[in-house]
Amino acid sequence: MSILEVKDLAVEFNTIEGVVHAVNGVSFSLESRETLGIVGESGSGKSVSMMSLLRLIPEPPGRLRSGTAWFESATGRVDLLALSRAKRSAVRGRDIGFVFQDPMSSLNPLMTVGDQIAESMRVHLKLDDKAARKRTVELLDRVGIPAADERYGNYPHQFSGGMRQRVMIAIAIACGPKLLIADEPTTALDVTVQAQILDLVKSLRDELGLAVIWISHDLGVVAGLADRVIVMYGGMVAESAPVDALYETPRHPYTEGLLQALPRVDQDRGEELRSIEGTPPDLYAAPAACPFAPRCSYAFDRCRREVPPRFTIGDGHESACFFDLEQRRPRSE
Amino acid sequence: MSEAPQANARPLLKVEGLKQHFPITRGVILSRTVGAVKAVDGVSFEIARGETLGLVGESGCGKSTTGRAILQLYRPTAGSVQFDGSELTELKGEELAAVRPRIQMVFQDSYSSLNPRHSVAKIVAEPMVINGGYSRPEMSARVSELLELVGLNPHHRSRYPHEFSGGQRQRIGIARALALSPEFVVCDEPISALDVSIQAQVVNLLQRLQNELGLTYLFIAHDLSMVRHISNRVAVMYLGKMMELADNADLFNEPLHPYTQSLISAVPLPDPKAERERKPILLKGDLPSPSNPPVGCVFHTRCPMAQALCAEKVPEYREVRPRHWAACHFVE
Repeated sequence: MSILEVKDLAVEFNTIEGVVHAVNGVSFSLESRETLGIVGESGSGKSVSMMSLLRLIPEPPGRLRSGTAWFESATGRVDLLALSRAKRSAVRGRDIGFVFQDPMSSLNPLMTVGDQIAESMRVHLKLDDKAARKRTVELLDRVGIPAADERYGNYPHQFSGGMRQRVMIAIAIACGPKLLIADEPTTALDVTVQAQILDLVKSLRDELGLAVIWISHDLGVVAGLADRVIVMYGGMVAESAPVDALYETPRHPYTEGLLQALPRVDQDRGEELRSIEGTPPDLYAAPAACPFAPRCSYAFDRCRREVPPRFTIGDGHESACFFDLEQRRPRSE
Repeated sequence: MSEAPQANARPLLKVEGLKQHFPITRGVILSRTVGAVKAVDGVSFEIARGETLGLVGESGCGKSTTGRAILQLYRPTAGSVQFDGSELTELKGEELAAVRPRIQMVFQDSYSSLNPRHSVAKIVAEPMVINGGYSRPEMSARVSELLELVGLNPHHRSRYPHEFSGGQRQRIGIARALALSPEFVVCDEPISALDVSIQAQVVNLLQRLQNELGLTYLFIAHDLSMVRHISNRVAVMYLGKMMELADNADLFNEPLHPYTQSLISAVPLPDPKAERERKPILLKGDLPSPSNPPVGCVFHTRCPMAQALCAEKVPEYREVRPRHWAACHFVE
């Protein structure tokens, strides 16, 4: 059963230099207990599309141009993008947990971490102070903070980066959400600390039966975590596939290029990395062609004239590309 | 990339017992020193001419400080930095200025390391202006040559940094570093701020330049995959100390130090099948503060193999096998 179905999401930003078309017609669905990895480079629209689901993008300058996002909340099926402010806030706190890249800017520096975790449970679960405190200490303990009872009264600056991210995870799961959205939560962490946090998230996910949307630029992290992966480029979905298929048989030239550009820590050094020439698009114009065409070695004239639709090429495997990478020739419809 | 040069020749750079401590002070008017952050605490290594030494470690391990101390951007607290036979820590004023053109640096953050109010031509020419001895036409020709060398259009010389993408700005930084034809370049996390598809472009450029110009690199990074790709030898630091140093293949295929082992095991692989098999060695807790490092082996508080001895005695950094150095009591 799918718990989230996003259709035709489009978000733009008004800037001094013009309108930035950050997200252009993104659609995807998420099954219950599924982990969806969203991969892309900076400016690909991966964070903006997820943040806009909960209207966490400041409007203005942001503007939701189109889209629906049907979500299976505790109180029934709702369109996240059409909810009133009050209902949205209830769904946001209770049914969907968030973890961001930078815990220091998400946590209130003037409030103890214990109170920050307890707050959402008092508001959304209507727990009294004592019950909220007890549950908070349990949560701190569960996310691996030693001496949880003593650290309840500590402030965010008294925690290390990894510990702050554990606190963020405790806040995210406090009210028993069904969905956890994590936006590059380990990007700022050192690799050994990242390993600890990934381990924690995996065990919480299995234990609590969470569906997870994991946004990352790191193809390694996503390979180890996701059931399915969406690759975004220029505000669009370039490719979407089950995790094994995406890494073994990428069917979009951008995905293929990314995987070839990566050196691996478990393989001896090759002569030269295959790089993707050129730079990502600036998105000042509404898409009229494939956004990857200027950098694509397979591009032909059609790619520069039309926006490619998403072609289904296998079980749950879609690629928005006019070129058939398997047959090595332009796709015939 | 060429094979690692042989070690029998005199190394281009020899660092011995390098220490870089920063004082911790209290009070404003009657400021007194109450302690020290031992950012680098006695590291030794050599770099052969034409070689790339990768220097890895987590934040706060002292890898960037090591790079800056080599360039004498900081004056080391103790230890020796010999560059092509001359002791940099003893050089001052004009003598030091005479060596500076031969050692240059590429920085991580091209936003803060390129002056936004200077044109590309001015940025790239600046080392020549400071060093002197170039006429205006010479500088102008050299700027065009350098821009072309790093893959930028020489006609864009009058543009400003904000008009370029992150990868192109990093190329500008590289062009500036090469302006005085250095022999040795410290690359301090040159690709960390870049997107994956751009990282490969810049790394390929650095390798091509090394081959064409015979450069020697100290490549500082936290991305082990990229370090494996670019380095001839790799050094691993933790809390200001050198943990292990070995030839590339030896370090990654047979890491001896428990820290290196856990570091390599923690790197996620872009391969779902391999990821399901991978068993990261999870370290306990967080990185201790460099202002108050653990006594004995600095790694013992997180080491999965630590024993009583590790909390008492600092392990000797020794050549455990030929060309393979490690600082651990229990490595054989």
